[in-house]
Amino acid sequence: MKDQTVQAVDDVSIDIPKGEIFGVIGYSGAGKSTFIRLINRLEDPSEGEIILDDQDIAALKKEPLRKQRQKIGMIFQHFNLLWSRTVFENIAFPLEIAGVAKNEREEKVQELIELVGLKGRENSYPSQLSGGQKQRVGIARSLANDPTVLLCDEATSALDPETTDDILDLLVSINEKLNLTIILITHEMHVIQKVCHRVAVMEQGQVVEQGEVLNVFVKPQSKTTKRFVQQLSPLEHQIDRLDEFITDDQQSEVVKLHFIGNNAKRALISEVSKQLDVAINILQGSISPTQEGAYGTLYVEIKGEPKVIQEAIQYIEASGVEVEVLKHV
Amino acid sequence: MFNDIFPNVQMDQMWVATYETFYMTIISVVGTFILGILLGLLLYLTNRGNLWQNSIINSITASVVNIFRAIPFIILILLLFPFTDFLVGTIRGPNAALPALIIGAAPFYARLVEIALKEVDKGVIEAAQAMGAKAHTIIFKVLLPESMPALISGITVTAIALISYTAMAGVIGAGGLGDLAYMQGFQRRNFDVVFLCTVFIVVIVFIFQFLGDWSSRKVDHR
Repeated sequence: MKDQTVQAVDDVSIDIPKGEIFGVIGYSGAGKSTFIRLINRLEDPSEGEIILDDQDIAALKKEPLRKQRQKIGMIFQHFNLLWSRTVFENIAFPLEIAGVAKNEREEKVQELIELVGLKGRENSYPSQLSGGQKQRVGIARSLANDPTVLLCDEATSALDPETTDDILDLLVSINEKLNLTIILITHEMHVIQKVCHRVAVMEQGQVVEQGEVLNVFVKPQSKTTKRFVQQLSPLEHQIDRLDEFITDDQQSEVVKLHFIGNNAKRALISEVSKQLDVAINILQGSISPTQEGAYGTLYVEIKGEPKVIQEAIQYIEASGVEVEVLKHV
Repeated sequence: MFNDIFPNVQMDQMWVATYETFYMTIISVVGTFILGILLGLLLYLTNRGNLWQNSIINSITASVVNIFRAIPFIILILLLFPFTDFLVGTIRGPNAALPALIIGAAPFYARLVEIALKEVDKGVIEAAQAMGAKAHTIIFKVLLPESMPALISGITVTAIALISYTAMAGVIGAGGLGDLAYMQGFQRRNFDVVFLCTVFIVVIVFIFQFLGDWSSRKVDHR
């Protein structure tokens, strides 16, 4: 039993450019946790390379690894703060490890406390803080040694939705302010949508899909990805309700429109109804903002002469919006 | 009044004996604290999945601890006579009791230390490792501070056991309140002496219990 080896991550190859927020999403057991722990070698890889700033982490011996780890920040689902230390002392801990002098340490900690918005709580103990505040301490602590990359291990999974948004906003602002590369893992699509530039979807230790968040959202390829995307648009679950509108009538078509990026902001529907002789009945729609622009879905019923309906569809497609005509199955 | 109730008690003897009991208890508590933490850390760190995972050292330490815990204290004193003679140069008086007291109590405390260390959140240790901490940083800045309340309540329990050990050591000539109660009280049928010695010992136990509870609460910020 104890010598059994489990291959939690198998043949995963990912490139992350500097300054990017990269998300890895997967259900529990997908290997995403192992993936992120490989980056700072909390797990040892059986083979392969982990290159950070031209240095192969996987090949490092104990001492250089220790030094390198000081430059890799990490925050955790359960915060992992020392309860025996105050907020100030917790943030000072990595600086003590790196051997930073006391007065320099104090200056840096004050700076970080301000950055994460915890001014006035320096002398509180973690037990006196809320979950969100604890994670702010975790973030400040992870930034203490000016890391080249920040690893977030399910950093918002133990927080309520509102606090999650606050923490994600903080991560985005840190990413912009410090041009810090952030790698995060999560099981919530919402987190990916809100902060990530690119995303990889993991399943059974392998990456089944990766790319720009917007592309993955709009055209999910694998089944897992589709399920994750559905988490976000409640409309997908209500598709049955459109049934009564989908008829064999030639003078009516129900279509699903995908708006991506700036297209989401155009008044396309009114344009179409002005230019062509069709009546458009809006059935339901939603819009989701992402780091790389918004994307939306809209279900409409187009009524008119069959030929004109086709023209309308072509017009919409020509403006860069994807159109899917719904039929009875 | 006092002389009516306790006709055979000589207060100067009582104070000397109290001083000796305090002396033996405090020195042996300090010794037990240090030796126990060393042994406890060794037990914990060499355990599977921990920092210095080493099953050989772990099982040797565990056996030593178990053997010494299994020996009744009164027999341990007798067994250690030659060692004590070599170390302290005498087998009588408070100093002679110290080796047996520490060796008797440290293994017991080591187990309490091990339990306390096991309670430290693994995630916090991992966080320190992720920050690039050295082993000694993890020991002195994470493991010991994070388990301090349990370490203190453990040494309190051990201290009270040690007070009772000092009384037992007293019976074979180590001095202290146990010695006084046995020699001046029991042997001479002066039960007022036995009674007053008991009261003193109980008060000492209460003092240690109070100090232990108070400082354990003081360091606990959970």
